[in-house]
Parts: sequence; structure tokens; C-alpha cells
Amino acid sequence: MTTQTLIYLIVGATFALYIGIAIWARASTTGEFYAAGRGVHPVMNGMATAADWMSAASFISMAGLIAFVGYDNSTYLMGWTGGYVLLACLLAPYLRKFGKYTVPEFIGDRFYSQSARIIAVICLIVASVTYVIGQMTGVGVTFARFLQVEASTGLYIGAAIVFAYAVLGGMKGITYTQVAQYIVLITAYTIPAIFISLQLTGTVLPPLGLFSDSVSSGTPLLVELDGLITDLGFASYTGHHTNTLNMVLFTLSLMIGTAGLPHVIIRFFTVPKVADARWSAGWALVFIALLYLTAPAVGAMARFNLVNTIQTGEVGTPEGNLAYADVPTWFTTWEQTGLIKWEDKNEDGRIQFYNDKNTAFETQAEAWGWRGNELTVNADILVLANPEIAALPGWVIALVAAGGLAAALSTAAGLLLAISSAISHDLIKGTINPNISEGGELMAARVSMAAAIAVATYLGLNPPGFAAQTVALAFGLAAASIFPALMMGIFFKRINNVGASLGMLAGLLFTVIYIFVYKGWFFLPGTSQFPDTPEYWVFGISPLSIGAIGAVVNFAVAYFASQATQEPPQEIQVLVESIRVPRGAGAAIDH
Amino acid sequence: MHQGSSSDDAYWKANLSLIRNILIIWALVSFGFGILLRPLLSGIPVGGTDLGFWFAQQGSIIIFIILIFYYAIRMNAIDRKFGAEE
Repeated sequence: MTTQTLIYLIVGATFALYIGIAIWARASTTGEFYAAGRGVHPVMNGMATAADWMSAASFISMAGLIAFVGYDNSTYLMGWTGGYVLLACLLAPYLRKFGKYTVPEFIGDRFYSQSARIIAVICLIVASVTYVIGQMTGVGVTFARFLQVEASTGLYIGAAIVFAYAVLGGMKGITYTQVAQYIVLITAYTIPAIFISLQLTGTVLPPLGLFSDSVSSGTPLLVELDGLITDLGFASYTGHHTNTLNMVLFTLSLMIGTAGLPHVIIRFFTVPKVADARWSAGWALVFIALLYLTAPAVGAMARFNLVNTIQTGEVGTPEGNLAYADVPTWFTTWEQTGLIKWEDKNEDGRIQFYNDKNTAFETQAEAWGWRGNELTVNADILVLANPEIAALPGWVIALVAAGGLAAALSTAAGLLLAISSAISHDLIKGTINPNISEGGELMAARVSMAAAIAVATYLGLNPPGFAAQTVALAFGLAAASIFPALMMGIFFKRINNVGASLGMLAGLLFTVIYIFVYKGWFFLPGTSQFPDTPEYWVFGISPLSIGAIGAVVNFAVAYFASQATQEPPQEIQVLVESIRVPRGAGAAIDH
Repeated sequence: MHQGSSSDDAYWKANLSLIRNILIIWALVSFGFGILLRPLLSGIPVGGTDLGFWFAQQGSIIIFIILIFYYAIRMNAIDRKFGAEE
């Protein structure tokens, strides 16, 4: 059987499985649609949360981002896992105790303010829609390569599948589908990693392989990798080369943002008890860590393999560089997608892959007859191309395709649920038409999904950056607006309606404006005030790291505005006290 | 106000002090060992690099998991001690 047939077979089988589960576990009430009837086992919810959480960015882009940068991008690893500690002790148990369906609903009730609720809805929609863009891009990339279609066609196909799937599911269907998707994606991610770790280091477990000796030279893999790439003018892999302040703030923004992402928070509404919400956060991180401990190994090993493929011999000798006539098949397949580009600048028929931005290395390179870097590799393809680069069997390649799609689809479904429930439950049921019938509310949730997908598809066709960077913007927004409001709602009784509303607005505007100034207004190309490069950033803080500062702005504005205005009413203080204690949480509805 | 309010205050204080301890370790392993204190740990070799690199790429994640389970276990005990469980 050819690899292509295997890909169609395995991807087709997983799609059939997801749709099967979605049909079997279809939601018939709003309680099931929004919170899966609150009957999900904490381990099961942990697994679903892991799939909900690990997106195209985690699966497809993250290892690539680490591979091309090394230590400095450890921020993604710490940031995207550290948020679960915050979630477990600062948010999840109390919000489960509160026992409603959406994040804006908590903010509206706790701050006894319809406008706070609306601001929360806007924050939620902006953050979730930004996040969906990354998923759509990921779906497009995966389809383009593995199902032999254009990236834009892939995007349309992906959107159609996500649509069918999210509308059928509701939270109940999505939960069980995400469990299946987790199993697909973690298998797809770890199997090639194990093979590659064995090939390069003889160690079965990739996280241990990363710190083991290379089979070919006997020196530690990381030492050999540092040597290989610094010889080509690249910055060392293990060294620290970026602004430390920015690194800290970026990590913090990702952590707070993770804890403030509504589609993750609402997963904790589905467990039966408050104690289950705590356990569930732990299980979620265990399942997430299986991928996150593998990713840095995949990154380092992929970089190692890539450089060795191109730089076949001694650096500087003509024969040291791979002749284009001899490139492996994976190289040409990926070239067709436009994600690998080669331009023979010095017309020697060989590929030079080096850092031509390094001025210290320039004279040396010129002396060798190199006329600039000839190879561009999109960071997003490293994980997808990994099995081919390591010459693994066809079924592994097919599995990776299915895994990438599982990661993107499961997250997209979770996001769409968060968006549609905010629109149907908070805007329509909560504001416009409180007397809407159960069936009417369900229908409204489904219709709003369609609109969200249309917007996400448009933005997916015109993405502002790497898939993971697009996602990072969503984190800034969640960090600056939603997380502080939720945390203050639980931990600070004195914060009132005025404080919370102004705080959220200030955090959101501050963050969004800082991002738009560098990334273009509404990400429209050519509308940015300053180039998005470190020398233009205030104190070297990148637009991706600004969420943490936005959160501080939010906290400060909320505190001072609350101090200057009236204390929250007695019943709100009682509400806060009851959220803090698990006793008396609503029991599971059914299952 | 509902019943058991003073015991609920003690319960909340116990929760806050547990959270504080957890967040200190959370910040120490990630922002501390992984980033800011890495130069101090550069003398401790781990598989071709140093301890700070290990914390940034693996150690912090493992400690985060331990912290969450520790919090869940301790909070269950605190829930029972103050009669705050469901």
C-alpha cells in the first residue's frame, strides 16, 4: 500500500470515529450542550482538556519553534504548562462551585453588572477567534501536504469538518470526541519521536534522549548540535540570546493566558464535584506533559537531522553541501507545498543552509563562495516532515497527519463551543431575550457557531504570523482581560462592578493597542506604526509578551476604581464566600 | 450570613497559605531556575548542557504536575478538617 493510500485510510478512519462519537453522544438539552450534564470523570476530563488545550500550535508548531531557536523558546514549554498550576489553585475549583455555564456569566453575576458581562463576552470572543485562526492555519497546512490539496482548499475542507462536528457535538459530544482525539494525537506525536530518539541516541524515551550521547559521535547530542549550527553561523542552541525581561514576561503572559482561556475553563464545569476540578487539572497536565516533555526532544533532534541532511560534509568544502540533484524525496514533496524553498544563489547546484544575518560569519561565507542562505524551511513543517526526514514507514507518516488534524479539530471545537455559548447564553438568553425557550437557545448556539467559523476561515486565509504566534496573541488578551477579572472575583471581595468593568476594558485596550501598533491594526498588512522587531519594542517587550503587563494594568485600574466607589452589596459578599467553600456544590445532573 | 462563617474564614486562610507556598515553588522553578537564576546553575552539568536548561525544558513541567497533585491532596484534607467538603 502506498503512503498516500495509508494517509487517506487513517485520516478517514479517525474522521469517521469522531463523527460517530459526536452522533452517539449528541446533546439534547442546554445542560448537556454547555456542560455535558456535569457528569464527566476527572481523569476523562483531564484527557479531554489535554486535547482541547493542545492545539495545532502545540502539535505542529511548537517543536519547530524550539528547533529553530533552542533554549530561548523554552518560554512556550513553561508558559503553556505553568498556567495549569494557576488554574488548579486560583480558578477551576471555585468556578465549578459557582456552577453555571459560561465565563461571562460568572463575571456578570459576581460583579452584578450587565456591562461587565458584555465586556467579558467581547474579551472572550476576541481571544477565542484569534486562537481559532491558529487552528485553521494548522488544518490548512496539514491538508495541503497530506491530502495533496492547496492550503486554502485544505482550509475550506477543515472548516467544513469542524462545522459539522461542532454543531453535532455540544459539550457532551465534544468531550468524548476529544478523548479519542487525545489518544490519536499523543500516539502520533510520540511514535516518531521514539524512533528518532532511538536512531540518534539509542534511548527509547525522547525526553531522556535529549540529554543523552549521540550515537554517531559519542558526545552529548546537545553539544554536537551546538557545534553543528554554530559552525554555520547560527546562534547556539542551548545558549541564552534574547532579552531576559521579555523572556520572563512572555512566559508569564502564556501562563496567565492559559489559565484565562475560556474554552479551557469551561471544561472544568463538566466534572461532578469541586474536588474533581482540582484532580482534573492535575490529570490534564499529566496528559499534556506527555507531549510537552517530548516536544523539546523532537525539536532538537529535528534540527540535528535537518542540518545533517543539508551539510553532509565538512563546512566550507564544496562537497560538504548536499547537491540539489541528490535531495531526498521528502524534500521535493515539501517543496511542492511551498513550505520549503530553495534558491541557488551562487549557482553551484548545491544547497547552502546557514545564517546569512550573522555579520561576523559573512566574510567567511563569502570566501567559501556562498552568496546567501539558499534554504528557507517553514518552522511549522518540522513535526509533520519529521517521520519522512527520519525515513520512517508510511503508516507513521499517516498517523502524524491524523494527529495534526486531531489536535487542530479538537481545539477548534472547544473554542467554537466557548464562542457560541457566550453568544447564545450570555448575549441572547442573558441580555436580548431572557424568555427564549430551551430549543431556541440550542438553535441560537448552533447558528452562532456558523458565523464564528466563517470569520475564522477568512482570518485563517490571511494569518498574521506563525500558527503559534497567532495563538500567542490570544493568550495576551486572555491574560489581560479575563484572568484578572476572574481571580479578583474570587479572591478580592472589595472589587465592585465599576472596578471590574474598567479594569477589563483598560487591560484589553492596553494589550490590543500594543499588539496592533506592531502587528498592524486588526492585523491588516501595512497598517502597523512600527516594524515588529526588538529595537522598536518598548523596553524590549514584544507584542506577544504584553499580556502580563496588561494584567497588571487591569488589576491596578480595578483596585483603584473599586476603592473610589461603593462596596459590593451584602448578597455579593455572601456569594463570594459561598464560592470559596466546596460545601453544597450542585451534584451531577445525569449520565 | 450563612452558618460556620468563622470556620470558613479559617478554611480560607489555610487555603491561601497553601496557595502562597505553591506559587513560590511554581515561580522558583520556572522564572527562577529556568530563566533568571540559570547563570548560577551553569556549573551543574546535565547531559551536555546545564541544570537551568533542564529546568526550562523539562524540570519545571514535572514540578508543576507534582504541585497540582499536592494541592489537590492537601485541599481534600483541609476540606475535611474544616467540614467544608461536598
